[in-house]
Amino acid sequence: MSTISSDEVARVAALARIALTDEEIDRLAGELDVIAGAVARVNEVATPDVPATSHPIPLTNVWREDEVVETLDVDAVMAAAPEASDGMFAVPQILGEDA
Amino acid sequence: MSDLTRRTAAELAELLRSREVSSVEVTQAHLDRMAAVEGAVGAFLHTNTEEALAAAAEVDARRSAGEDLPELAGVPIAVKDVVVTKGQVTTAASKILEGWVPPYDATLVRKLREAGLPILGKTNMDEFAMGSSTEHSAFGPTRNPWDLERIPGGSGGGSAAAVAAFEAPLAIGTDTGGSIRQPAAVTGTVGAKPTYGGVSRYGLIAMASSLDQAGPVSRTVLDSALLHEVIGGHDPLDSTSLTDPVGGLAEAARSRDLAGVRVGIVSELGGEGYQPGVRASFEHAVELLRSAGAEIVEVSCPSFDYALAAYYLIMPAEASSNLAKFDGMRFGLRVEPESGPVTAETVMAATRGAGFGDEVKRRIILGTHALSAGYYDAYYGSAQKVRTLIQRDFAAAFADADVLVSPTSPTTAFRFGEKLDDPLAMYLNDIATIPANLAGVPGLSLPSGLSDDGLPVGFQILAPAREDARMYRVGGVLERLLTAEWGGPLLDRAPELEVSSR
Repeated sequence: MSTISSDEVARVAALARIALTDEEIDRLAGELDVIAGAVARVNEVATPDVPATSHPIPLTNVWREDEVVETLDVDAVMAAAPEASDGMFAVPQILGEDA
Repeated sequence: MSDLTRRTAAELAELLRSREVSSVEVTQAHLDRMAAVEGAVGAFLHTNTEEALAAAAEVDARRSAGEDLPELAGVPIAVKDVVVTKGQVTTAASKILEGWVPPYDATLVRKLREAGLPILGKTNMDEFAMGSSTEHSAFGPTRNPWDLERIPGGSGGGSAAAVAAFEAPLAIGTDTGGSIRQPAAVTGTVGAKPTYGGVSRYGLIAMASSLDQAGPVSRTVLDSALLHEVIGGHDPLDSTSLTDPVGGLAEAARSRDLAGVRVGIVSELGGEGYQPGVRASFEHAVELLRSAGAEIVEVSCPSFDYALAAYYLIMPAEASSNLAKFDGMRFGLRVEPESGPVTAETVMAATRGAGFGDEVKRRIILGTHALSAGYYDAYYGSAQKVRTLIQRDFAAAFADADVLVSPTSPTTAFRFGEKLDDPLAMYLNDIATIPANLAGVPGLSLPSGLSDDGLPVGFQILAPAREDARMYRVGGVLERLLTAEWGGPLLDRAPELEVSSR
């Protein structure tokens, strides 16, 4: 039984911000189906009485003193950016996209 | 002086300490070996010749000045390309990071530099550590030194192959579902996944944060223990980093007997699907442990049968979240859409569509699907419950046994392309290694011999969390017994690589 359709792959790809070709969408739908079938097994033992564990070790909030420390070198960071201007990241248009 | 590249890290450290050789000589010997065999093996994505030699010269100068240096000072090392290195290209084997030069060092890299280990270069891997064969690297595969037509394991195939091909005495790997241990198994090397949090993850390009763990790759158990001591320890920059002290690992690896040690055979890890030669090698190793004084007990971990399924929900879910940072805005690749408006959103989609390989896209899509409305509880939430059951299984098993053992991988190295079209078959390679990642316990793989096909088999030792020393103790004793049987290291039986003229 198919659990991940091409439509679902296309929807999820849009959520994940990945441009896929139609061919990629169809191929992924077929491949993910196999995995989705396998993971259905999980529900065989994941009964309501079993608590979920998100992490191998118990997590606690970690605090530190509010001290000034060395930061990354701005020039080195900007040198690795796709586009930079005046010590800032230059990005494509974000606001007013519908304008 | 015999070929320095055949020496173990511990042997090199001794030669350096006694000043019989210099770090420049040792480092140059490995650079020469890299130049000679890289054309055949392809273990490295980037090499750092000048930086490595400069680091080596600095160590030599400090030693000459009478400075008391760390044990491995001067011993060169290779680092998996998923670990960021300041000023040196780091790509995680992905086109989306091609040419990226990080402005900072991972904590473990800082520790390597402080301990005086020259970094030879960055090793090949499956893109973003997603794979079990190093066939998913965007820059081409690495080949197994035992048989160049076969995979070197994954995702850390480059690190394992570099060590197996004598290009580096030591390497760093990362292990999310077995990516240190499985490549070690199929290349006849040693690989250790420390307890989760035992080595800082700061500066590792994350795949699945609750599973990822960096660790050593080497040719002997002692070498892994020595390197583990260098890179381990608390790091304030990683909030999941354990505060426990790291020590006693090398001492444990030097142990000579196993009197009173209870070794548990996990009945679920060794049945159907395990190559007969793999099983035979495993059973022989267990007999050797018994002869060394260990008590062998059978343990059952029934939830391990569900580990793979749980892993393939948790891993892509966390990966899809972690890889959201690759948006074409602050670093790496930026691709504009071929048509339509050029906005942040369309640029991000075009960049990720062009920059990610097929396996990365597959996992992000699956992870996003698993986390999306309506699926979260059934998929991700249920997988987290299996994680609880696996932790309970481990707790019960470790009540009866001090360590647990199994074959590391169900089969020896397979041929290129054999499993590329079948993700599930590929994922099954990690069936014996994944439970340790879900529970955060440490695991070690060392070679136990050759299978019926003449290829190396890995023997896995698992210990309770924070008890990494136990696996080094059992591994050290087993290695000594096996090496005595073989009359030398297993890697001596690997075919000679054709050396290219330079």
